[in-house]
Amino acid sequence: MPYIDGKRRPSREPRQVMGMQDPKVRHRNFDEVALGFTEEQARAEADRCLQCKNPTCEQGCPVNVRIRDFIGGILDDDFCGGVAALRERNALPAVCGRVCTQETQCEAACVLSKKGTPVAIGGLERFLADWDRSREPGMRCKTVAAPRNGKRVAVIGSGPSGLACAGELSLLGYGVTVYESLHTAGGVLAYGIPEFRLPKSILQDEVEALRTARVEFKFDQVVGRITNAQELLDEQGFSAIFLGTGAGLPIFLGIPGENQNGVFSANEYLTRVNLMRAYDFPKTDTPVWRGNRVVVIGGGNVAMDSARTALRLGAAEVYLVYRRTEEEMPARIEERNHAKEEGVIFKELYAPLEVVGDQGWCTGLRVQRMRLGQPDASGRRSPMPIEGEESVIECDTVISAVGTRAHHLAGKISDVKMTDRGYVEADDDGRTSNPRIFAGGDIVTGAATVILAMGAGKKAAHAIDEYVKNRPTGAKV
Amino acid sequence: MFNVLAKRQLSEAVFEITVEAPEIARKVQAGQFLIIRATEDGERVPFTFSDWSAEEGWIKFIFMKVGKTSHLISHLERNDVIADVAGPLGNPTEIEDKSRIAVIGGGVGCAVAYPVARALCDAGAEVTVIMGARKGELLILKEEFEALPLKDFIIMTDDGSAGEKGLVTAPLGELCKNGELDNAFAVGPAIMMKFCAATTGEYGVPTAVSLNPIMVDGTGMCGACRVTVFGETKFGCVDGPDFDAAGVNWNELMTRQRLYQEEERVADAEYAGSCSCHI
Repeated sequence: MPYIDGKRRPSREPRQVMGMQDPKVRHRNFDEVALGFTEEQARAEADRCLQCKNPTCEQGCPVNVRIRDFIGGILDDDFCGGVAALRERNALPAVCGRVCTQETQCEAACVLSKKGTPVAIGGLERFLADWDRSREPGMRCKTVAAPRNGKRVAVIGSGPSGLACAGELSLLGYGVTVYESLHTAGGVLAYGIPEFRLPKSILQDEVEALRTARVEFKFDQVVGRITNAQELLDEQGFSAIFLGTGAGLPIFLGIPGENQNGVFSANEYLTRVNLMRAYDFPKTDTPVWRGNRVVVIGGGNVAMDSARTALRLGAAEVYLVYRRTEEEMPARIEERNHAKEEGVIFKELYAPLEVVGDQGWCTGLRVQRMRLGQPDASGRRSPMPIEGEESVIECDTVISAVGTRAHHLAGKISDVKMTDRGYVEADDDGRTSNPRIFAGGDIVTGAATVILAMGAGKKAAHAIDEYVKNRPTGAKV
Repeated sequence: MFNVLAKRQLSEAVFEITVEAPEIARKVQAGQFLIIRATEDGERVPFTFSDWSAEEGWIKFIFMKVGKTSHLISHLERNDVIADVAGPLGNPTEIEDKSRIAVIGGGVGCAVAYPVARALCDAGAEVTVIMGARKGELLILKEEFEALPLKDFIIMTDDGSAGEKGLVTAPLGELCKNGELDNAFAVGPAIMMKFCAATTGEYGVPTAVSLNPIMVDGTGMCGACRVTVFGETKFGCVDGPDFDAAGVNWNELMTRQRLYQEEERVADAEYAGSCSCHI
């Protein structure tokens, strides 16, 4: 790091660009697309950071990661110090370094972003987390946890909010048991995000780190069926519960022909491929439908993941149907670009009307041509049909990636107050109508991002800590 | 990991496995199902609980050897392990105490019919069981049914090798026609349930069916198990498995069940190549 008169002069070099797997190769494999920074690149990128006295980037992060300090660790050649600063507020740095929407959060708040080239915070986060992971397990950087306080908390769901909550509670000295309905941890990180974006080995490493921090995982536990909040609190001796069940019920469009063979929810498609490793069938036992001409409906990250997965499963052509234009798509720019580079064909301004089929098998998607009208209340220009312009996109597969909602199992877990739409009512710190039950993530907010869910889990952990500490001894409620 | 306590062969291709699962056994109700994953690379496969004991901490399920997973688990013996057992899943069957009800079980569907019939008897309903199979040796749980305080127990086989020759719909139609039924519950192959629904529908006897669409997670997350009931899309795993037979789109269900036929053949061939047994 160049110091002149004891004063550091940040580098004015352009932002480092992460290496990528060649699109012509990667669109047929499940290996990770983005290759991460080399050590040299990480040092050069860290050197661009101004180390602001008032780091606005940290305010842009939903969990207020100590960004300045972890980048400082790289600058000072104290990687372990950087990891410690990073892990202090983020239980899943290797995950967040890969899937967070940095461009709208920390990096958008970076002072350098005024010139359009913020520090690559996500890339540096990933670098440090991977550097730590690459070391011998016994050598990894230690995190300092409070002494055990003898209290136990049950966390329902091992997705981003549950894992963040469990990690934070463990740091605060609690014994934590995570209940997961599937056979592995991670929730949407395990079943939803493809290997080429988030390798499962990385997720498992992060879960392993939590286990080392004495978080216990119980799999195959469908809470709401096998047990419930009242039993966990009154019979099993947990002091409090965190509900982080997510909102995983897939929404279908309700168009005719949608239940024909060849039509899938993105959740099913991605679950078969990611969680059940159907791409390895018949070496693994779970099959997945391998379409030749695939249409994905939607414009979010899940739609991009589905389209790119279809290519990797061998589809000749993959179309993405979206009723607005690419500008309005909620997917990250990077994911959109990756999808296009790999050959996904974007069909903007088409709305699905009907799945056409032959004897119960999908043969095409009838679509309506749209145009953008005046901005609506939300400020987005609303799509309007262009009369008479209908056509059929021939295909053998339709994947619906238009979102998810809460499912009713959440209501069977406890009697906390729910909204009309089946979400749990909770304040910003996760407090529900029951003082012993806290909630956060998609089951409160509806489908959102990994980091927002993690932020909610962390906040709830502190609210739980406050509740348990202030509760009169022996009090049941 | 879940320990296998016992295995019993009920017919040439039908097996019963008893698994140690005390937490699940405490909560099961008739009509609910479980999902197992035999090995770390295994598929998640749904089965219905055929019996359980909260006191002794075990559950049982019955299955027919049809594909790779069911072949694999048919070889399990006492002290072997199953990687994952999740349950109870789905809604329990509605049990009406004062009802005069026919419980129809076809083939391996009798594994579902048995706990339902037992729960109905326990509740004080007047239960007639109609059991059907292609031939006599495929009938399962006969002694278990006979031990229940049933009003009547009728056996039908396609070839007449046990009970009466004919389809389950023949005695079912008779009972409906004579006004002896308030309700019916049918479980078995989709085609059998479809014709049971048509039979009872003719006489306006409300009928519940337990459906078995393809599933993955079984908790409402994937939507693989969707069925159309009275024109509405429902999820078999969380809205069912029981539905009003009168509203089920049977042709759609049967088409959807065939989705992975080709892949099942591939998996079977792969398995047969790697295993000394025969499929």
